[in-house]
Amino acid sequence: MTQHSRAKSDAFVPSGQIQFGVFFQGVNSGTIWKAPESGSQTGFESFRRIAQTAERGLFAAFFLGEGLRLREHLGRPHALDVVGRPDAQTMLAALASVTTNIGLVATQNTTYNDPADLAHRLASLDLISGGRAAWNIVTTDNAWTGANFRRGGYLDHADRYKHAEAFVETAKRIWDSWETPAGPARRVLHEGQHYTVDVTPRLPRSAQYRPVLFQAGDSPEGRNFAARQADVIFSAHPKFDDAVEFRKDLVERSLAAGRGANAVQIMPASEFILAPTAAEAAEKKEWVRSLQIGPQQAIAYLEQFWGRELSAYDPEGPLPEIDPVVEETSETRGSGFHGAKARQLADQWRAEAKDKGLSIRQFVTSKTARIDATFTGSYTAVADQLAEYARVGAVDGFNISPWLIPTGLDDIVNHLVPELQERGVYPTEYRGSTLREHLGLETPVRTADTTAEAVTA
Amino acid sequence: MSTSSPTQGFLAIELDGAGREGADIARAVLAAESAGFHAATFTDAPVPGRANALQRAAFAGPVTRTIALVPEVDTVYTEPFHVSTQLASLDYVSGGRAGWITTAAESPEAAAAVGRSSATGAALGQEAAASIEVSRRLWDSWEDDAVIRDVATGRYIDVDKLHYVDFETPAGFAGPGYSVKGPSIIPRPLQGQLPVLGPASLLGEVSVDAVDGVLVSAPAVELLAAEIRDVRARVGASVAVIAELDVVLDARGQAAAGRLAGIDAGRAVYAGSAAGLTDFLTDILKEADGVRLHPASLFVDLEELARLVLPELRRIGVLRPVVQDGTFRDLLGLPRPVSRYATATAAHAAAAPAGAGK
Repeated sequence: MTQHSRAKSDAFVPSGQIQFGVFFQGVNSGTIWKAPESGSQTGFESFRRIAQTAERGLFAAFFLGEGLRLREHLGRPHALDVVGRPDAQTMLAALASVTTNIGLVATQNTTYNDPADLAHRLASLDLISGGRAAWNIVTTDNAWTGANFRRGGYLDHADRYKHAEAFVETAKRIWDSWETPAGPARRVLHEGQHYTVDVTPRLPRSAQYRPVLFQAGDSPEGRNFAARQADVIFSAHPKFDDAVEFRKDLVERSLAAGRGANAVQIMPASEFILAPTAAEAAEKKEWVRSLQIGPQQAIAYLEQFWGRELSAYDPEGPLPEIDPVVEETSETRGSGFHGAKARQLADQWRAEAKDKGLSIRQFVTSKTARIDATFTGSYTAVADQLAEYARVGAVDGFNISPWLIPTGLDDIVNHLVPELQERGVYPTEYRGSTLREHLGLETPVRTADTTAEAVTA
Repeated sequence: MSTSSPTQGFLAIELDGAGREGADIARAVLAAESAGFHAATFTDAPVPGRANALQRAAFAGPVTRTIALVPEVDTVYTEPFHVSTQLASLDYVSGGRAGWITTAAESPEAAAAVGRSSATGAALGQEAAASIEVSRRLWDSWEDDAVIRDVATGRYIDVDKLHYVDFETPAGFAGPGYSVKGPSIIPRPLQGQLPVLGPASLLGEVSVDAVDGVLVSAPAVELLAAEIRDVRARVGASVAVIAELDVVLDARGQAAAGRLAGIDAGRAVYAGSAAGLTDFLTDILKEADGVRLHPASLFVDLEELARLVLPELRRIGVLRPVVQDGTFRDLLGLPRPVSRYATATAAHAAAAPAGAGK
């Protein structure tokens, strides 16, 4: 495992390689469900097909998201987007039996899980899959999601990373607790503001020692958290210059956290629209966008910000002159802003749409269609572009959200991957059998024995 | 139990001891399926080395075709919302072959692990009853045809077919009371409702209506038939009665008695020849709908069961036929239920013009 690892160092060294992950999104507005070739979003066959295609393309990882309460729109479940998804770890355990190499990444919330229970289930997934499990750590703080849980909503926004870090450190101690595959286990104690844990862990280390940790979250607190705790950050910075800047920032944070410059890998979320020629790709992009943001989606998007029904407005016409309802709205319900900012934003958007001559539909498309995260072009042009990322080490890989389920990776695996392999920037075989090996991550050092002390956070 | 002859029953096998790695789990469940077992169960009490039961069942889903996959899932120290969605997901990955053995752990260790005070006595049954009710409501919270994918209106779902479950723990609930809002995050399970099994000891706080099957134990084989009759009298014919039996068979030239040491699970133990077990199961399946076997050594006893016991039971017509692509509900003779929330919408749809619901 160590032969591919880079030694802890203060100088960042590009790996010269690109890895791919696939993010089967579940609940979202970017997956096209209106096309006849779109399959089930919840049936096992869709997951099997995508995971096996990704594995054929030597993808490092298969990601699943998590949502613990259905998104709402104007006080009811949202009708227009893909809704509903299986539990991540249950689905990944099933996929472990029909795949052999690909990493299995479960997004799991630190706020609505118990550390001992979640750590045990992740350790189970890691053993069942032969050392392929990973945890994409996310945090939530709101009582709205908490309404589905016995614990309810109780966490101050400012506390969520502090809490998450105590949670992750407890999980690491649980995974570290078995000295050898036969045991014995060390008892793990944690007494915190939100949890008390007193557990003698039940499972030994896996083939990759413990699950790989991914972190998604872009605030300074989130980045520092990743720099201290994570193996990979699932970033929101795929555009070249932005990616280079983000790398620089993360390297600094990693060094400040006492880790090596290469300690945390970066995989931005991305979307690929590819074809044999640039012209065909551009045409395909028009088709994708028209199916992602239809007239109803455009109106609904504005309704989230306006906080009121706007169905009387023409999607091909200008933005509504009527003002938003000013009230406290929750981010979880899809609104990106709060209260009094509503009018200000509406004014700004109306001015912007007018300046650019955009209809509601065109304007919403410009706001929602992950422009930064989209690579559009011919297979060869995009391969050249990605080779440049690899050369300078702007990222370690991309986490691809396919816009079509379950065939959305086919052209990437069949055409883009071979182009990248020809350029020497993409693996030609799996490096080993564990996710940690695929990513070239170092084996973690077992934490010191803390049997006697209860760690307090 | 109306779909086949009343003298035919089913056999389940507990797969504890298969190991915690994928290859071991697959080997065990495939051996059980090819032997003709109707269901495999996965125990989940906190024992060193034991992986999560639900995940072991999920791993087994895609590699099997007929065998029902039934994990134990605790109801006291696990979040009901997570339990419900995990089990619904198991139904998806197994093609409708999932079930749930509800357990209520009287375990100070499990309580300490999640920082709670230990539940005992009637509180255990109350926790189980609440958790089952939450799961069942969440499974019904998406009506079967909630996903409409209507291109003309741009609607992926019909919002009228999603429901808040608004569960509240009942007055007098022994543990800390709680509420669950819903709807579920996953559409209705393939079976509509997963069959819920529970130990007879939970009956009381857990009502008969809440379960589809009851696991019945007796301290000795001679007492099992009477115990089954007793439970049957309490639960009626609509709830499956499943006898629990430890099994140690003469195998590999060694008498069963030689391997008896260490078996003390508080269950009836059959120790002896394969022929004797065949006779015993034939008799007990006249009383019970099914029997769950707990082999003393998974691979030693499973091999004997596969080679000698199940073929003979099939030959004499005691076992239900194994149905390719059947659901666990099919095995138990349970119809697929309509969502409890569907009535209002169905009445609404009936008043609307034909085809308006699509």
